[in-house]
Amino acid sequence: MLTRSSEVIVIGGGVNGLAAATRLAREGARVTLLETAAQTGGAMAARGAAGDMPLAHLTPGLDPRVAKGMALETRGLRFHAPLRDTALDLGGDHRTVAGGLASGADAAAWATLHQRLMRFASVLAPFRAMAPPRLKGGGNDWGALMRHGLGLRAIGAREFRELLRMVLINAADVAEDELNDPLLQGLMAHDATQGAWLGPRSPNSLILYLNRLAMGAQMRLPVGGMGSVAKAMTEAATAAGVTIRLGARVAQIETLEGRVTGVVLDDGARLLADHVVSAISPKATFLDLIGPRGLETGLLRATRDIRARGATARLTLRLNAAPNFRGADLQSRMVIAPSVNAVEEAWNPVKYGEVPKRPVMEIVIPTATEPELAPDGGHVLSALVQCAPHDPAKPKAAKTAMLKATMRVLEDYAPGLGEMVSATHFLMPWEIEAEYGLSNWHHAELSVEQMLFNRPNHATAQYATPIAGLWLGSAGSHPGGGITGAAGWNAAGAIIRGKAV
Amino acid sequence: MTGLKRATQLLTTPFHARTSAANLQGRWGPWAGYRAALCFGDVDMEYTAIRNAASVYDLCPMVKYRFTGPDAEAYLDHLTVRNVAKLKPGSVHYTLWCDDEGKVLDDGTLLRHGPQEFLLSCQERHLPWMLDAATGYDVTIADVTTEIAALSLQGPTSAAVLRLAGWDVSDLRPFRMLKVDFGGAELTISRTGFTGDLGYELWTSADHALPLWDHLMAAGALHGIRPIGTDALNLARLDAGFLIANVDFIPADQALRHDRARSPFEIGLDWLIDWTKGHFNGRRALVAERAAGSEWAMVGLDIEGNVSAEGSILYLGKKKEVGYITSAAWSPSAKRSIALAQIRRPYHESADIWVEIYAQRELQYAKLMLKADQTARPFYEPARRRTTPPQAF
Repeated sequence: MLTRSSEVIVIGGGVNGLAAATRLAREGARVTLLETAAQTGGAMAARGAAGDMPLAHLTPGLDPRVAKGMALETRGLRFHAPLRDTALDLGGDHRTVAGGLASGADAAAWATLHQRLMRFASVLAPFRAMAPPRLKGGGNDWGALMRHGLGLRAIGAREFRELLRMVLINAADVAEDELNDPLLQGLMAHDATQGAWLGPRSPNSLILYLNRLAMGAQMRLPVGGMGSVAKAMTEAATAAGVTIRLGARVAQIETLEGRVTGVVLDDGARLLADHVVSAISPKATFLDLIGPRGLETGLLRATRDIRARGATARLTLRLNAAPNFRGADLQSRMVIAPSVNAVEEAWNPVKYGEVPKRPVMEIVIPTATEPELAPDGGHVLSALVQCAPHDPAKPKAAKTAMLKATMRVLEDYAPGLGEMVSATHFLMPWEIEAEYGLSNWHHAELSVEQMLFNRPNHATAQYATPIAGLWLGSAGSHPGGGITGAAGWNAAGAIIRGKAV
Repeated sequence: MTGLKRATQLLTTPFHARTSAANLQGRWGPWAGYRAALCFGDVDMEYTAIRNAASVYDLCPMVKYRFTGPDAEAYLDHLTVRNVAKLKPGSVHYTLWCDDEGKVLDDGTLLRHGPQEFLLSCQERHLPWMLDAATGYDVTIADVTTEIAALSLQGPTSAAVLRLAGWDVSDLRPFRMLKVDFGGAELTISRTGFTGDLGYELWTSADHALPLWDHLMAAGALHGIRPIGTDALNLARLDAGFLIANVDFIPADQALRHDRARSPFEIGLDWLIDWTKGHFNGRRALVAERAAGSEWAMVGLDIEGNVSAEGSILYLGKKKEVGYITSAAWSPSAKRSIALAQIRRPYHESADIWVEIYAQRELQYAKLMLKADQTARPFYEPARRRTTPPQAF
């Protein structure tokens, strides 16, 4: 049980670690948050590796419980208006999407599809705010399950049937069935598979799109950049009484008689705790910090089998002038994914550890919205590039090829862009892992077989673990990542309810 | 026909030339991929050899793993429930190992050949599990089932047979090993067995199998030595109250139904667990089960009458179903109808347990409802099993 005198250690000062630490501190626990880097924020903090930008460049908006519970607005956190999407066209005939409405000849079809998918997403969204249900072992919040289950039925028999038909389908089929415009099809295919390790024609890819819609249909840019979120959350944590220790790398989680007793830092310092919340990768938590000798063989297997391959590369360009994407709105979220097949073809080579000829990508130019963010007057172009091999045979050559292909695509869409570049920061998936501990964008791949009661695996899906006092609360836990803080907030809730302690 | 061509015959053991020649009835059964003799001719004579003379049983199909390396002891302490650190080189202990839920995967005998060398002999194959469990340990694991020829020599005259074969085992205490030379190869003699009688198990390399067989048979000629099959051994092991995987419990990784797996508490083997040695596979679940109680109990039953209760269901007060028989037989040594049974707790403490037996009499079944009284295990235990030095028979 969590009590007022409970000592809690939270490992990892990213969005989920900060959310969990604050919620627990507000319950009265004495919380220490340990962060390896020199600043909190994790993927939200600019720390050099990705240039002027943090790893994550957008948020769908924080989980409302997190925003309210941490009083982030009171702390000055503001967001710019939700970003429009621009599906870039090589000929300059771009499509824009905002508020569920698209431009172009396919506007009506997009609106119909969007409404239906949003309806599905809205009945699935409440499940994101609770521990995933399970058949055995108890711990279910039956009241909430009943309510959300009724919510599912309330969409009507016909729509419920459609939901069941579509929930495990692939995104490409839906895009091609319901839309005619290749640019809009490509946009949907891209958004469904962004950050995942699959392509739009892979089974179960639509559920990732629904999950994305459940977080928020439009992406947001915080005023002052992503670092503002980190700053406000860190302030909230401190105000709640969380002790934050920077540069503190945990070397080991210590246990005795199957119970957590604390952690040992890499400098040898030993910190005692009744509870340890790991807001870092679940694989690293068990395999490195607990270690195989402290694990049951079944749990070791299940942990080793968590799939966590990343297919996203991170590009930041410092530009000395505003680029011209053939007239596209630079304040929008620009997506280069000209068709479903363009996304699928970018994905195919990655399966074999190879680099795609024409990667697809999401581009944001924060300095177009907020010029003062530019370090020296110019602009910063920030892109998440899909799909990059996570473990190629020749990493150096793969990185060179990937950057070259990315720049070639960018040059096609924004002629002259290459000459504006004054600095390039490019991270391949394995470099993101080394720098941020994220082998996959979500710590564990977001895919249907690693969702809900299987996230990150069956033994640890409800934030509690078989090791008493050890809890998981990173993006690797339900409901996954995306700069929302939901997983960390849920984990803290599980501890507060005192399940399985 | 191509299917038949591809089909593989059961393997034969290194003793096959001798066992097949002796198997007058051609009665074989599959055992872990091998052809094992069920009976050489007369099961009663074979059982009598175990209890009154000397019997030889081909142990080769037992699955055998060798563990070597600096972390072998620590690894086996992680894998199995018993304290391996307490097992001295030259000693053997009976042990078992569990999955995460504290359900039994298998049991077996662990032979410690040296500080960093062990041999585990068990019923089922577990290499993938054992290799995964070895993550983080400096230990080498090898399936050496085919490399080792093993014979079980059991019965009151077994010590005498060994003496006549040239090996003095008079000082060898139960669960200890002796290494001797046999034709240039190392022969390990362990005072272990599956019969609950005075007996030894002999382990050597596969290419020394036939000379060893011949040597023992010659040495025991005047001491009633004879080869025995699985049928006779099964009867003797039941006398001794020993369990067999896939007969008395199902290995947890083979159970299709979640509620079929059993914990050590539920098969009466919780006494093996060392709670003080630190973490081991299944410990967390077993600690919880120790506190919360178990669902099943393994009991020994003494059933009225002389009809074997194999495959029967147990009732409380002839009405409420509370358990089932896992192994049963009329024991010629105990002179009782004995059985191992699983009973749902707390009925394992009831004195009102009945067994419903369908007895076939000249092709016609008769339904019997017989009283089953709990009785101590072993059902039959001669003092010679433990006496050192062994008496001369």
